[in-house]
Amino acid sequence: MQQETFIWRHKDLLDVDQLTREEVFLLLDTAASLHEVNLRSIKKAPVLKGKSIILFFAEDSTRTKTSFDIAGKRLGADTFGLSKSGSSMQKGESLKDTALTLEAMHPDVIVIRHQCSGAARFLAERLPSCSIVNAGDGWHAHPTQSLLDAFTLRRHWNGEFEGKTVLIVGDCAHSRVFRSDVQLLTLLGVKVRICAPRTLLPAGVESWPVEVFSNLDEALPGVDVVMCLRLQLERMAAGLLPDMREYSARYCLNPRHLELANPGAKVMHPGPIMRGNDVSAAVADSPDSLILTQVESGVAVRMAALFLLATRSDNGARA
Amino acid sequence: MISFILANARLLGRLVDVLVEDGRIAACGETGSVAAPEGAERIDAGGQILFPSFIDAHTHLREPGFEWKEDVASGLSAAAHGGFGAIMCMANTSPVNDEASVTRLIMEKGRQAFPHGPRVHPIGAATVGLKGEAMAPLAELCEAGCVAFSNDGVPLKSTEILRRVMEYASDLGLRVIDHCEDPWLAKGSCMNEGVVSGHLGLRGQPDAAEAIQALRDIMLAEYLNVPLHIAHVSCARTVDAIRWGKSRGVQVTAETCPHYLFLDESWMEGYNMFAKINPPLRTPADVSALRQAVAEGVLDILVTDHSPHAAHEKEVPVAEAPNGFTGMDLAVSLTYGLVREGVLDEAAFIERWCYKPGEIFRLPVNHFQPGDPADFFLFDPELEWKVCRENLYSKSWNTPWLGQTLKGRLTAHWIGGWKIV
Repeated sequence: MQQETFIWRHKDLLDVDQLTREEVFLLLDTAASLHEVNLRSIKKAPVLKGKSIILFFAEDSTRTKTSFDIAGKRLGADTFGLSKSGSSMQKGESLKDTALTLEAMHPDVIVIRHQCSGAARFLAERLPSCSIVNAGDGWHAHPTQSLLDAFTLRRHWNGEFEGKTVLIVGDCAHSRVFRSDVQLLTLLGVKVRICAPRTLLPAGVESWPVEVFSNLDEALPGVDVVMCLRLQLERMAAGLLPDMREYSARYCLNPRHLELANPGAKVMHPGPIMRGNDVSAAVADSPDSLILTQVESGVAVRMAALFLLATRSDNGARA
Repeated sequence: MISFILANARLLGRLVDVLVEDGRIAACGETGSVAAPEGAERIDAGGQILFPSFIDAHTHLREPGFEWKEDVASGLSAAAHGGFGAIMCMANTSPVNDEASVTRLIMEKGRQAFPHGPRVHPIGAATVGLKGEAMAPLAELCEAGCVAFSNDGVPLKSTEILRRVMEYASDLGLRVIDHCEDPWLAKGSCMNEGVVSGHLGLRGQPDAAEAIQALRDIMLAEYLNVPLHIAHVSCARTVDAIRWGKSRGVQVTAETCPHYLFLDESWMEGYNMFAKINPPLRTPADVSALRQAVAEGVLDILVTDHSPHAAHEKEVPVAEAPNGFTGMDLAVSLTYGLVREGVLDEAAFIERWCYKPGEIFRLPVNHFQPGDPADFFLFDPELEWKVCRENLYSKSWNTPWLGQTLKGRLTAHWIGGWKIV
């Protein structure tokens, strides 16, 4: 662990648009240092001993919740999980009251996943005394996902982001990963393309710093990494596209597609992957896949985020 | 009864004296020219602006059923302090105002709270339970006191039902007010669809959802040769539809609200649930088009769409927050800004808020001619006041202007010659 003095000025991590380039690299550097802990046989660096972290997941999640839980515990913090089922929210308690109740128990950090865009900010504005980490709010943002993507790419590209091209394929309209990834990758100098049927593009996509394609074959030449997004079945129910068969025929990434991309192009996916729907099994299981590296990076990045937020006041005192 | 003279009031730029006798205007003329009878009280207006009491043709009073948000008495109190001598209230109460007993209850509550006014004129539900399936007993509602019919809040899906309601209402001499919204295009939306909704990750509603229904309605009104009133117009495309309809001689009238003339979708930034309303705040280009349409009279009248909600109901994530703003307390202060900015002159301002809604819905208004009801208020255009809970008379304070300072406020209000404020 580096012991240099730095100041982390944010109480909360709500989206990547609040971060400067320097802050992103500070967080990624911190994650790189902490990642080493994950490779030891005794996986503990108790720098957050005595800190309390509440994992408030109002929406289902496996990897993100587990990842935050492991990250907190490896740093020595006490973590407490709370899901919507089994909480008072099912009895009709408002988000505000749930939040105030949790705050009264003096946690240092609340990690929140919620189906409503803006929910993490809603909490952050109402809880002055504890840090809020956005673990995904509706279609809006998923900052630790895009930071772990950046962490993965930084290792894969040996720190060189400039001039690289990432293609995001799939349901951008309803994707918080898309929104956060575009912002962070653009900040780091990566060119972003997106490929989806028009019904899955966000409103006002022309204002985004991305090149838009609807044909996957045309989108691939010159691409260094393809990021596949999951397609949820409810999009078909809403009439945004015909069926999974037609979607996968047009957009499911297979080995032939990768040949159209730059040599050595890699595949990423925020998960959960749907084999044969958004990414073919052959691609997912190939050495070109970084999908499990992303999961591994997730723990390190979340350790860094929790560490920077939970020790923020200590840092301030030192500075 | 009361007899008094209001002296030195500024009516359309001229200083006038107004003599009131028995609740009616007895005389109105240049200051000094009106002789007051023996014993008449003299009230000096000190040069403040004199307006006839305005009409708010689109409000939600929440009684019966949602009295924690508003009731008839608190709604009328907000109306009185906002300059409205008469208000019309939508039918989406619980139970719905789809039968005479509900209409009578609302009117009786109004008379109990404010015997001399402001007056409340209920709008009857167009369909039973606002379900859009069976026509409500429109004649019974008309007889009980309803002055128009609407399915406001639950836009009519069936064009066939709308057609029959418009035809049936025309026999009664009353207008249908349609909340134009394609229910499929607008489903689940929390704001205007566009760049801002795309970035916030909130489900948007295309402005076409409103304009398409407006066109449908206008074509029907033309085909049936019956009048129609379009509620809370929010976008340029709908203005174009109405302009087109009027150019063909269709009996279409329309309204817009203060918020669509001053606020745009950027107010949703930061997940501001206090800016969530339906139809949603649109783009700056829409705001300009609406202002021009109000100036030209393509949009005939101004209304508030006063929609109170309790603070705890609004203080939730945007997607879960109810739509709407309170409006009666603020509307005149806000829209006088249109006079200041030269969008409307005072005569047109009065036209949009008083004479035109009076004509469309056949309600009595005050032209300051002998025999007119003595409904008028004084307005100090320089008085600054803060929009805060304590300064609002509605039970709720869900307005995006909360915390701001506005310029211009009502200082006194007479209805039927009685001093209400």
